[in-house]
Amino acid sequence: MTAPREEPLIVACADGPLLVRGHVALMTSGGEPVEPRRRTVALCRCGVSAIKPFCDGSHKAIHFKSDGH
Amino acid sequence: MVGAMTPRITARGPVSQALQTAFRHAATLDSPEMARVVELAGVALEEERDLLTDDDLQLALFMIYGLSYGDTVDADDEWEWNPQLVRARRLIERCFEAQLRARIPVDDLPEPDAEHVAAFLFALTQEDGGPGLSRYIARTASREQLLEFVIQRSIYTRKEADPHSWAIPRLTGRAKAAIVEVQSDEYGAGRPQRIHAEIFARTMRALGLDDAYGAYVDEVPAITLASFTMMSMFGLNRGLRGAVAGHLAAFEMTSSIPNRFYGNGFRRLGYGDDVTEYYDEHVEADAVHEQIAGRDLAGGLAEQHPELLEDIVFGAKACLYVDGLAGQHMLDCWQAGRSSLRAGVAVAA
Repeated sequence: MTAPREEPLIVACADGPLLVRGHVALMTSGGEPVEPRRRTVALCRCGVSAIKPFCDGSHKAIHFKSDGH
Repeated sequence: MVGAMTPRITARGPVSQALQTAFRHAATLDSPEMARVVELAGVALEEERDLLTDDDLQLALFMIYGLSYGDTVDADDEWEWNPQLVRARRLIERCFEAQLRARIPVDDLPEPDAEHVAAFLFALTQEDGGPGLSRYIARTASREQLLEFVIQRSIYTRKEADPHSWAIPRLTGRAKAAIVEVQSDEYGAGRPQRIHAEIFARTMRALGLDDAYGAYVDEVPAITLASFTMMSMFGLNRGLRGAVAGHLAAFEMTSSIPNRFYGNGFRRLGYGDDVTEYYDEHVEADAVHEQIAGRDLAGGLAEQHPELLEDIVFGAKACLYVDGLAGQHMLDCWQAGRSSLRAGVAVAA
């Protein structure tokens, strides 16, 4: 019996990354799979992470503002 | 076998000396040896010494908490909850906490909702420029200094995440789910080789260092012990559950960017992935953890218990303050051309 899979949840963190919980398939625009190395991942949305598509905290250094979203 | 896994610990004064003596005796209710520890601790505390830099009392507290953690002191398990031992522990803890609160004023509080608390803590941790330790490591530190840095950090990092885990059963709902989510990642999410403390052990071994817990405890100064005993005190006392939540949030918020610099420092001197894996892992992991710890743990707890807000902020500021002092100690020593360790330890460089 398989447990029902919970819907993935994406939290747009104020002035920070997109926090992704739950199972999602992640791939590059070229179709290459990107392996998440942890159950909950943070995706860069400020554009300056050195480990894209993941967040490395750099948004703090550039004072990225998500304008309340 | 008792003692097989515990480090050699050298007493640093009368209290830690008496504690070692007591640990060699039976953990009886009226142990005269532990009564002596209580008496000597009382005398030492009356002198109003600075507990953050007091080698004797910090080592005593480190040994006392070692009873709860394991692998730290060679003593009968019965000592952990021996009433006299607990009396000595509370004497030192009360004074330690009072000194921290006196030095770390909490005069400004956010609204007690998750978003405001997270924004407040992010701003607080960003203002804290820190001692520039991570930049020094990245650009300037010598091979010997990098080894010292790893030795200093090993007191906490070989037990990484454990001090905060004591808080889990004291939390509920959103705050509990958040701390478990963070700690599960710290503990490798079911994969023992991914436990952060074990990744750090690989770093130590790759540098030719002894990864046994506390192998270098004799070499680290009181302020390094204080960083670990403070978070242990926050975690082990239910009354400080606000402080432990704030501490973890601030710790995570001051981690991902410095860890990139630490990794760069080791790469600069030619070290490979076996050494830098720990630091590289934390760049990505702590960018996740800081969001969860700031918003869902600290913020979630403030929403549930607004009366804990002051302690949440206190715990965050205490993390910045004490870890700032520990980092500044290393920088000051290195810039003066000295070792940051107590007695220049011979390490294979």
